[in-house]
Amino acid sequence: MISFTPNDEQQLIIETVRRYAAERLRPAAHDADESGATPPAIVEVGWELGLLPSALPEQYGGFGDAHSALTGALAAEELGYGDLAISLYLLTPNLFGIPILHCGTEEQKKQWLPKLTDATFVPATAALIEPRWDFDPRALHTIAEREQGYYVLNGHKAFVPLAAEAAAMLVYAREGGATQAFIVEKGTSGLTVLEREKNMGLRALPTYEVLLEDVRVPRDARLGGEAGSNAELLLNYSRVALASLAVGVARGAYEYARDYAKTRETFGRPIAQYQAIAFMLAEMAIEVDAARLMAWEAAWTLDQGRDATQQAALAKQYADEAVLFVTDRAVQVLGGHGYIREHPVERWLRNGRGFTTFLGLAMI
Amino acid sequence: MIDFETPASIERQVQLITMLGEQVMRPIARYYDEHEGERPWDYINMIWQTVRSQGGRTLAAPIVGDKPDDNGEKKPRLHNLLLMHTVEALSWGDAGLYLSTPGGALGGAAVEATGTPEQKERFLKRFTEGEPKWAAMAMTEPHAGSDTAAIRTSARLSEDGKEWIINGEKIFVTGGLMSAKESPGFVVVWATIDPTAGRAAIKPFVVESGTPGMTVAKLEHKHGIRASDTAALVFQDCRIPFDNILGSAEIARGDSPSSGSKGFKGAMKTFDATRPAVAASALGITRATLQFTANYLKERGVKVRYGAPLHQQTAIERDLLQMEAQHRAAWLLVLNAAARMDAGQENTLEASMCKVKAGAVANFVAQKAVELLGPDGYSCKLLVEKWMRDARINDIYEGTGQINRLIVARRLLGYSSRELR
Repeated sequence: MISFTPNDEQQLIIETVRRYAAERLRPAAHDADESGATPPAIVEVGWELGLLPSALPEQYGGFGDAHSALTGALAAEELGYGDLAISLYLLTPNLFGIPILHCGTEEQKKQWLPKLTDATFVPATAALIEPRWDFDPRALHTIAEREQGYYVLNGHKAFVPLAAEAAAMLVYAREGGATQAFIVEKGTSGLTVLEREKNMGLRALPTYEVLLEDVRVPRDARLGGEAGSNAELLLNYSRVALASLAVGVARGAYEYARDYAKTRETFGRPIAQYQAIAFMLAEMAIEVDAARLMAWEAAWTLDQGRDATQQAALAKQYADEAVLFVTDRAVQVLGGHGYIREHPVERWLRNGRGFTTFLGLAMI
Repeated sequence: MIDFETPASIERQVQLITMLGEQVMRPIARYYDEHEGERPWDYINMIWQTVRSQGGRTLAAPIVGDKPDDNGEKKPRLHNLLLMHTVEALSWGDAGLYLSTPGGALGGAAVEATGTPEQKERFLKRFTEGEPKWAAMAMTEPHAGSDTAAIRTSARLSEDGKEWIINGEKIFVTGGLMSAKESPGFVVVWATIDPTAGRAAIKPFVVESGTPGMTVAKLEHKHGIRASDTAALVFQDCRIPFDNILGSAEIARGDSPSSGSKGFKGAMKTFDATRPAVAASALGITRATLQFTANYLKERGVKVRYGAPLHQQTAIERDLLQMEAQHRAAWLLVLNAAARMDAGQENTLEASMCKVKAGAVANFVAQKAVELLGPDGYSCKLLVEKWMRDARINDIYEGTGQINRLIVARRLLGYSSRELR
């Protein structure tokens, strides 16, 4: 039965995360961006929301709710509304935990999932993106080759969040013509975390390039063991998470521009009373709502256990465009002030521009 | 509970209409595009059986005599969701034919929204019996389009107070010929009872087909949707019974919301249902275009891959993906507006939002499709060029994209029509 109204449980999640976003993320976002550092205390408070543990079964130390992409989408929008970089920091362990939850062997789940339910934030991460213009998650240039009892990994990764401190990293590589994932523990020989990256946006999120040179991992480090993993399913979890984060960023930019336009006066009246501005705001609001519904539909389809690649890819594509459009228009509504870092809209544009690059950088 | 599952009852309805679209509408679509003055009686007679059995409801007008559930049971209400799917699927078949569907249409919707029970019985019962009949809405005038408050058509009381005498000119009346002349239907005419009193004095009046003084002055020759007639109506001392006014004959003073609810504001309320319906119609054309274009290209070796990275997508593939995403987003906005109505929630904002989006998307997709198919897209051998022409009206009627942006902006910003003009 078609409905777009969150139920009580979903509403509670929205409100809880929204409060965290308003009270913690928003006030910290500017300084975190300028200094390039996420305050650990904010991450700890975010971790206490239990977004990841609540999606893990009780037998692995979780709270036992079924993992739901839709619930994740609702939370992700609020996080994106708060601050994208700090949120991606907070969500980094998901990049490790969710693939293991969905594709891991029983041993892998037993070994790793309980570690992700600790009371304090656990840095664990994943490496999918490669530093090349023609990056393709279905045809990676990082290669895994089977050699007796081992897999040998070779390649070059980029945008690996928290790579320097992560206890373990899920490395995606091409193996036997498909994309598979391998658990690589910190300190494994041949694994080099390069210098921290500097990007246009996401400045509060430490990301790194990572080199893999003849990295040998045991056979049972392959996600899903002999059966392997379903990379497309995992990409869909990422697409939905990113689409929802983008909706949050866009909503924040729209609301900021709306409020600004109602107070800023030119020629004796608020600029929002001119159609040139009012129409931009109307279009921004429409794109935010449209992108949200697309993300919800994709998330819902995933939760039904159906193949959601079509919905998720379209939702992400839509959100990628919407967030760029909305954040760009927000800068324009503020005019010269929009270009000054005192206002957050230029940061949102820098963050918004990145979504076409971020596949694999978030899961929820 | 957020849910995207289409109810089975709606799925069944869509399947039936799709069959009708394939077997009845598509084969005659080109003919009636090329023969603008002819009415599609083959389609009309077939669809009338269905319309009649469903109580004449072709737009927002609920079934005549439809009683609210009085055993206190709360059944999920599907009315508007069903309506959107119906309109969408009929327009998938052919938008021009859909618009020529007999029944209450916009005129019926106005009666439903603003009429008394007696008036509903008197005016709407006809759509459940006899031969095909139409009703139309006459709002626009040569100098007053979106600016409906500038309406000059007047209605004054006769000396004995028993009749209204209507004078003026209306244009762009969809189905005006069938409603005013060629069937025993009616036209809902918006006229002022006091030209000095502004909006509050503008009232809807039901003028029965064939009433002396009402003439069809002109039939328009249009860019698209040619199977549907668009008429100019002239009223010269056209006399109708006093009881044909919908709502109160009082002119509400001040901003009292209750006094205005049945008049002008009541008319505006009908847009909450009709704008999503127009958006749904637009997206029916869009879906037809999109399906056809994707299949046509697929048969010629152009694939659409979901989630392929940008560097691997061809320009055409990228266009198709964008068309599909835009179409889906617009459709979800329509469903959102309809679901709110079904839940009894205010939806003026969402109605205009989906209308803005669908109007833009319908044009984008249809115009892109003509481009992608090259000479075949431009040729009348296929329906693609026709769909582009049919789609174009959707960003214009039932409120242009601009007027709907204005409505959206006023709602979002909390501005009155005086503050944001």
